[in-house]
Amino acid sequence: MPRVEGTTLPASRLEDEDMPAPDDALLLRMLHSMKLTRALEYRIERKLYRQGKIVGGVYVGRGQEAISVGAAVHIRRGEGEDRDDIVSPSHRDMAVFLMQGVPPERILAQYMGRSTGLTRGRDGNMHMGDLRHRIVAFISHLGDSIPVAAGCALTFAMRGTDQVSFCFFGEGATSRGDWHEGLNFAAVRRLPVVFICNNNQYAYSTHVSRQMRVGRVSDRAVGYGIPGETADGNDLLAVYGRVGRAVGRARRGEGPSLLEFVTFRMTGHSAHDDAGYVPKAEFEAWGRKDPIERLQSALLRRGLVDRPALAEMEARIESELDEAVAWAERQPYPEPEECLEGVYDEGGPGAGGGPQGESEAWR
Amino acid sequence: MALTTYVEAIRQGIWEEMESDQRVFILGEDVGIYGGAFKVTEGMLEKFGETRVIDTPISESAIVGAAIGAALLGMRPIAEMQFIDFISCAFDQITNFAAKNRYRWGAGVPMVIRGPSGGGVHGGPYHSQNPEMYFVHTPGLKVVAPATAYDAKGLIKAAIRDEDPVIYLEHKYLYRRIKEELPKEDYVVPIGVAAVRREGRDLAILTYGAMLYQALEAADVLAREEGVETEVVDLRSLLPLDKDAILNAAKKTGKVLVVHEDTRTGGIAGEIAAIINEEVFEYLDGPVLRVTAPDTPVPYSPPLEEFFLPNKDKILKAARQLAAY
Ligand SMILES: Cc1ncc(C[n+]2csc(CCOP(=O)(O)OP(=O)(O)O)c2C)c(N)n1
Repeated sequence: MPRVEGTTLPASRLEDEDMPAPDDALLLRMLHSMKLTRALEYRIERKLYRQGKIVGGVYVGRGQEAISVGAAVHIRRGEGEDRDDIVSPSHRDMAVFLMQGVPPERILAQYMGRSTGLTRGRDGNMHMGDLRHRIVAFISHLGDSIPVAAGCALTFAMRGTDQVSFCFFGEGATSRGDWHEGLNFAAVRRLPVVFICNNNQYAYSTHVSRQMRVGRVSDRAVGYGIPGETADGNDLLAVYGRVGRAVGRARRGEGPSLLEFVTFRMTGHSAHDDAGYVPKAEFEAWGRKDPIERLQSALLRRGLVDRPALAEMEARIESELDEAVAWAERQPYPEPEECLEGVYDEGGPGAGGGPQGESEAWR
Repeated sequence: MALTTYVEAIRQGIWEEMESDQRVFILGEDVGIYGGAFKVTEGMLEKFGETRVIDTPISESAIVGAAIGAALLGMRPIAEMQFIDFISCAFDQITNFAAKNRYRWGAGVPMVIRGPSGGGVHGGPYHSQNPEMYFVHTPGLKVVAPATAYDAKGLIKAAIRDEDPVIYLEHKYLYRRIKEELPKEDYVVPIGVAAVRREGRDLAILTYGAMLYQALEAADVLAREEGVETEVVDLRSLLPLDKDAILNAAKKTGKVLVVHEDTRTGGIAGEIAAIINEEVFEYLDGPVLRVTAPDTPVPYSPPLEEFFLPNKDKILKAARQLAAY
């Protein structure tokens, strides 16, 4: 099996960026988000799924948390609909949901098919969205989100706001025609989109060398006349800096960027896949580059946290998740007849959007 | 003799055709090293090599388009859709290129597009679809949907040998649940021919795919509990339809129930009812009834999916209503 060497990464030091470095509080918040994400996914994949409490597919982003967190922290929120950004996460971006304010218990209810899951049992796993949290739901069909993210950005451009559309995907999705069409459209119209690729080097069992001939996903940007950059996806600060810069470009009306973050999927493709096709050495090598460990040791070295503080953070996360799991397990399944509701607008609660059935305004 | 599962029957069929015909090759996502998401192509890479078992990028349009090109030049490609749901990404290549070639300029496209369809496994809206009618509505294509291991093997062989593009829908619910003894010798199940799975004179159920088993169970109950003898016809091919089998069942029983897992509006049941209505109306003792999924996407949560899918009880209810005419 021919294999291309991993891409050679440019040195990624925050000093290179014209981005202010994150302050201490932000660093700690990002560390917390990464830890919470991993802990929640652990519950889902290693506990609930194995206990048979989740009957559908489970895809996690273990080892890739720095990408979702370092990017999602730039999503502007809570300042009104003409200020809020919008995000289209991929199936490995749990952190995006958490950082956009979706409570862990709602996510757990979603996975367990309960009526209080984000899709009210209609869909499972990360196939969820909620416009109140400014999240466009992922669709299985890889690459289909890209033109849609461009359409969100088109709306911002038409309205003349400085909002940004964030769009996440894996390297495999960049083989789809829809991906190319969406990128080209965004490029031609100089739309405010930040395209963020997690290049975890495997699409299911297919190595990136079987997916594309270019060494870097970011090389694809050349064909569309937009900036493309590659950085270390296990380095939170590298992600933070690159995305921050791209967001700045987008807000200033300078158009889309394609960012590639090289990382590794520290699991099989999904919970039932043992990843037998991945050489063990790769897991070991990438395990040593774990993004959470890396940030944590940097923060320890700088004296920003100490071991007891970390232990306390972890304990808090665990007890929060204990409660979230217990809550989710108490939630009812949807009534069977609800199967028929909501295919079209039926007025009343939830009118004009989604299955949440709550009356808050949607847009 | 060992029993062969439905999924193994498909694998055997492809394997044997690849052994006997050098032109046959398979392409799709993860069909090589991984052996396919459902292990249909397991062992094929080792046996036939990388030129005939081709791992592709995630590019359904390219997969189907490349298969069309190869078929035009005399190859016999089998294109795998990892889940049949993703066939929509190749819709244009299938409906406009593959389907219309022969008619437009006499260039046939002998190829197979296959993949797991259907629900019952909590796959949610994008891993459970029944896409048959997008293609049944497209002249130039053939569409088959085997329900038994015997047919799964016989139909994949027929599809590979066919001179036209065939959409081969394998039901993922049946992959490992259905097994039977298969003949050792080579055989095909001809495309366009239905099979009577149970003889009966009072009522006919026409169905295909995973619903065959629900229909057979319902027929057993009807015979046991009310002495109603139900004929169960497995359509096997949806395009072309076996009109003779459909009309014979209607004439024989006068009461026809069509059952499918696909959603109702625009489903094949409507087409079948129209054929019966036009051609053998005078034989009917009641309306042609349908048991289908409702007109919604396939939901994920167990109670919702259970409500969505047709089953034995829903078939029984409709059959009793029909029997009462
Ligand atoms: C159009 C389409 N084809 C096939 C699939 C099946 N599938 C689901 S995930 C996956 C691999 C995705 O790889 P990548 O885009 O790199 O994302 P990753 O899972 O590595 O994050 C495949 C082939 C799909 N979801 N959509």
